[in-house]
Amino acid sequence: MWYKILLFSSLVVALAVPEIKLVSFAQYQNLAEKKNNDTLYVVNFWATWCKPCVAEMPYFEAAAKKFGNEKVKVLFIDLNYPREKEQVQNFINEKKVTSEVYLLDAGNPNNWIPAIDSNWSGAIPATVMFKEGKKVFFREGDMTANELDSIIKNKTGLK
Amino acid sequence: MKKLVALFSVFILLSSFLPEGKYAVGDKAVDFKLKNIDGKMVSLADYTKAKGFIVIFTCNHCPFSKKYEDRIVALDKQFKEKGYPVIAINSNDVTQHEEDSYDNMKVRAKEKGFTFPYLYDESQAIAKAYGASRTPHVFILQKSGNDLVVKYIGAIDDNSDDADAVHEKYVENAVNNLLNGKEADPSMTRAIGCTIKWKTS
Repeated sequence: MWYKILLFSSLVVALAVPEIKLVSFAQYQNLAEKKNNDTLYVVNFWATWCKPCVAEMPYFEAAAKKFGNEKVKVLFIDLNYPREKEQVQNFINEKKVTSEVYLLDAGNPNNWIPAIDSNWSGAIPATVMFKEGKKVFFREGDMTANELDSIIKNKTGLK
Repeated sequence: MKKLVALFSVFILLSSFLPEGKYAVGDKAVDFKLKNIDGKMVSLADYTKAKGFIVIFTCNHCPFSKKYEDRIVALDKQFKEKGYPVIAINSNDVTQHEEDSYDNMKVRAKEKGFTFPYLYDESQAIAKAYGASRTPHVFILQKSGNDLVVKYIGAIDDNSDDADAVHEKYVENAVNNLLNGKEADPSMTRAIGCTIKWKTS
């Protein structure tokens, strides 16, 4: 009996937690930056080794749930090394992350960091938001739950 | 009105002497006096024979800093005698990572055989003055008369994961250029890294 419960619960987790995908920089851009619609795309750059990133992840997950029925979409872009994909998958399974997670496999960061924001030194966490194909927000550094909530409200007009 | 203008000018003048918050290539950098792991205070002015410095903001806990430790030791060995010693600085708030404490800096430096000073920027004033934001974050300075001019800001090389797979050794190339009377090219690069852990209060 117990193993059936175990099997069932792992199946539920497997269904709820997205499978992490490797994306090139161009593929990353198509996920949010080049979406020319009125959804607010909230893109958080993180890695499993980054303590402040992991600390603020629940705020993004909470925002995704809170605004989930509105035109708000949260994406996690993981910056672990591509060879660490399995480790990242285990991490998001364990944390039961429900937003989409992508691992950016884009080579030398010096080539793509400035394309995301000219003010970004590459320190993480970092968060960027897009709406109608335009960048509407950038932050290098972490955020509080309240800050994130008010920024999303400010950019969408939601209450 | 004149008084007000004068007061304002004084204010402008004063603020130009205060740490800027973020250096760009070409800016003059401030010297500092920070405690080394041997307990002695270190200033760049102590290095009368140096032509410049490879100042690296780093720490103990950050996986990127760890990846670069051997490469930082190699840079010091390569360039100290040529006039560009490495000066490593840890500015992290210890309360966020105990691993970054002054005592642990001593341990780490011994384990990895650091050949350069590893300074503790406890007040974080120097990281703020330089505009260091992540670890490791390199600032190459060149002496020009009494000034220290920022010549390069950025990453050590283009592959944090694998030293053997590096295509471009940014810092090595920049220092070699400076030694040959040329400018660093590129003079600014970016890399993924840990944020410097700022004190909240």
